[in-house]
Amino acid sequence: MSSPETWTHPEPREGPAATAAAPTAEQVIAGLRATSEGGPELVQLLTPEGERVENPEFDRYVADVTAEDLRNLYRDMVLVRRADREANALQRQGQLGIWVPLLGQEAAQIGAGRAMRPTDMAFPSYREHGIAWTKGIHPKELLGIFRGTDNGSWDSNATRFHPYCIVIGNQVLNAAGYAMGQRFEGKVGDDDGEATMVFFGDGATSQGDVHEGFVWAAVYDAPLVFFCQNNQWAISEPTERQTRLPLYQRARGYGFPGIRVDGNDVLATLAVTRWALDACRHGNGPVLIEAFTYRMDAHTTTDDPTRYRLSDELEAWKLKDPIERLRVNLVRHENADQAFFDSVQADADALAAELRDYCFNMGEPPIEQMFNNVYAEPNPVLDAQRDDFLAYHASFGGEH
Amino acid sequence: MAAPAINKPGTDSAGNTVQSLTLGKALNLGLRAAMEADPKVLMMGEDVGKLGGVFRITDGLQKDFGEHRVLDTPLSESGIIGTAVGLAVRGFRPVCEIQFDGFIFPGFDQIVSQVAKLHARTQGRVKMPLVIRVPFGGGIGAVEHHSESPESYFAHTAGLKVVSCSNAVDAYWMIQQAIQCDDPVLFFEPKRYYHSANMKAEVDTDATPMPLFQSRVLRQGTTATVVAYGPSVKVAMDAATAAQEEGKSLEVIDLRTLSPLDLAPVYDSVRRTGRLVVVSESPSEASLTSEIAAKVQQECFYSLEAPVLRVNGFDVPYPPAKLEEHFLPDLDRVLDAVDRSLAW
Repeated sequence: MSSPETWTHPEPREGPAATAAAPTAEQVIAGLRATSEGGPELVQLLTPEGERVENPEFDRYVADVTAEDLRNLYRDMVLVRRADREANALQRQGQLGIWVPLLGQEAAQIGAGRAMRPTDMAFPSYREHGIAWTKGIHPKELLGIFRGTDNGSWDSNATRFHPYCIVIGNQVLNAAGYAMGQRFEGKVGDDDGEATMVFFGDGATSQGDVHEGFVWAAVYDAPLVFFCQNNQWAISEPTERQTRLPLYQRARGYGFPGIRVDGNDVLATLAVTRWALDACRHGNGPVLIEAFTYRMDAHTTTDDPTRYRLSDELEAWKLKDPIERLRVNLVRHENADQAFFDSVQADADALAAELRDYCFNMGEPPIEQMFNNVYAEPNPVLDAQRDDFLAYHASFGGEH
Repeated sequence: MAAPAINKPGTDSAGNTVQSLTLGKALNLGLRAAMEADPKVLMMGEDVGKLGGVFRITDGLQKDFGEHRVLDTPLSESGIIGTAVGLAVRGFRPVCEIQFDGFIFPGFDQIVSQVAKLHARTQGRVKMPLVIRVPFGGGIGAVEHHSESPESYFAHTAGLKVVSCSNAVDAYWMIQQAIQCDDPVLFFEPKRYYHSANMKAEVDTDATPMPLFQSRVLRQGTTATVVAYGPSVKVAMDAATAAQEEGKSLEVIDLRTLSPLDLAPVYDSVRRTGRLVVVSESPSEASLTSEIAAKVQQECFYSLEAPVLRVNGFDVPYPPAKLEEHFLPDLDRVLDAVDRSLAW
C-alpha cells in the first residue's frame, strides 16, 4: 500500500536541467529509474518469474480466483494480444490508416477490465482494446476508427464503454461527471453500488483536464477509479517529462488514495482494481491507480521508437512480459496443460482470421453518413446542405 | 414549489398569468420552471448556489432545489463543461453557467471536442442535452475578459446550437426551450440588460411561445432592413425609432437563433427593402455578420440596391471601459450605415 505520508522531496538532479533541449539516452533511462523508485510500494502478486507472492492486504481481493479464472485471464490476454498484432499487421498491409498498439499492456487492461461489473461505466482513451474486450466489444468494432469508416460502432450505453477519446485527458472530466451522476442518483453506498473507471496514460497527467478531474471527483466524492497506465512513454516524451515524482503519489494532493500496481501482473491489477472499485461503490470517493507497465511497441504505427529509446530498455521489459509470467505460473502449479495452451492459440488464430476477413470486407461508408446524427433535432441549414450535396453527387450517377 | 412573488402576478383578459419582469428575473423564473418540470435538470457553475450567480440569475434555486441540483462548482470552466458531458451521458440535463463571456475559453476544448461531437460519434446513441449559459457583450464598464462576444466561435462548430435572447419574454421561454432541446445549446444572454428597469416586459407564463430556432420580425418597415441579436436588438430598435423621425422606415429583425440561422424572414425582408444592415458587438472578421452578408448576397442578389453593410465591434481586443462607447455599435453608427446604404 502506498504511504504518501513518508514521501519526501526528490533529491535534486545532477547534470543538465530537465528543460535541456535533448537529453541523452542515458539521462532518459536514468529519469525513468528515478520515477520508478519505490519498489516496496509496488503491489505485485506474481513475480516476473511467475511466482505467487503473498500480500496480506490484497490477497483477499483475489482469494476467490480459481485455476479456471486464471486460465481465463490468460486466454483474455493472449486473444487481445493476437487481435492487436493482427490489427498492426493490417495497418502495415494498408488496410488500416493507423493502429494504436496495445502490446505489453495486456495485464493492466485485462486485470482492470475484469474487475468491473456490467453496471460499472468505463471511459477509455484510445489504446483500451483490452478494456473494450472485457466489456464484450469485439475487436472488429474498433477497426472502423482506424480504417476511417466510422468513429466506433459499439453501443456505449448498452456496453457501458464510452467512445474512444482522441484528445488527451478530455475523458477524465467526462468520467468525473458520469460518476457524480451515479452518486446523485444514490447508486453508491453498499456492495451493490456502481462505479466508473477512467483510463488515461502517463502523458495525460500533464493535461489540465486530468488535474481538474482529480479536483471534481474528490470534492464530489465521485465513485471514480482513475486508472493511469504509465507505459513510460508519451510518444517520445518519457515519464520524467511529465512528473518529478511517482504519479500515484499525486492523489495525496487531491485528498484520495493513490496506489501503484505492477501493471504487468494481471492478478495484482485485478486485486487492486477490485479494492478501488469496492471503495468507490461504498461511497468512499475516488482512487488513483498507477499501473506501472511498458508500451512494448510504438505509440502508433506512425511512430518510430528506435529514434528515442534504447533497445536495452525494451529487452529489460520483455523479461517482465505479462502473458509469459502467468503462463509460467499456470505451468508451475499444473493448472494448465499443453492442450489448454494449444486451444488458446487456436482460438487466437481464429480470432485473427475473423478480424482479417471482417477488415477486408468492410466496404465504404455511405456518403450521407457524415450528415447523420450531427444533431438530435432537425437543423434546416444542415438538411439543405446534405440534400444539395446528395443531389449533386447523384448527378454523376454516384461515380464522382 | 411556488415561485417567490417578486412581482405580484396579475392576469390578463384571457385569464393568463402575466408578470412584469426584467430580463434577468425572467431567466430566473424560466430556470425555476425548467427545474420544476424535470428533476433531471441541474444548474452548475461558479457561485450559482448561495450567491445566486454573480448576476443573481440563479437566485434562490439552490435554496429550493438543494445542493445536488444547483451545484456551486470548483473554479474550473473545463471542469464545468467536462463534467456536464458525463452527467448528460448519465441522463441529466445540465445547465452550465459561465460567469463571463471571456471565461469560456478554458472550456472551449470540451465544448468543441466533446459536447459538439458525441452525438455524431455515437451514431446518435448518446445525446448531449446540455445548455451553456453565457452572459455576453459589453457596455457595463468592466475590466477585460468581461465584455466579449464569442458567439461566432460556437456558431462555426457543427453539432452545437447557438441562440441569444434580447428581451424578457424570450428570456423566459427560450431558456426553457433550450433546456428541453436534445442538442447542446450555447445560450447567450445580454448581460447589460439583465436588470434594466426600462427593459421590463409583460411575460405571459401561460402563453404558447414561438419556436426556439426561429428569428422574428420585431418592427416592419420599407426603407431598409436591420438585423441584430442579443444586446444589439435594442440598438437597432432605437435606431428605427430615430430614423422614423427622419422619415425612414426600418424593418428590424431579431435573429434569436444564431445556429442554425433562420434567414428566411431576412431574405423576405431584403427582397422588399433592397437594403440590409447587420448589427453585432462582435468583431467583424469571419463572424456571424460575415455569414449573414454572404448568404443574403447569394439569395437576394437581384433584389439588393446596395451592398450588405455591417456594423460591428472593431477587430481589436475588447478595449478598456473608457473606450467601449466607441467600440460598441450605437444608434448613430447604425443610422450612418443606413444612410450609406441609401446613398448607394
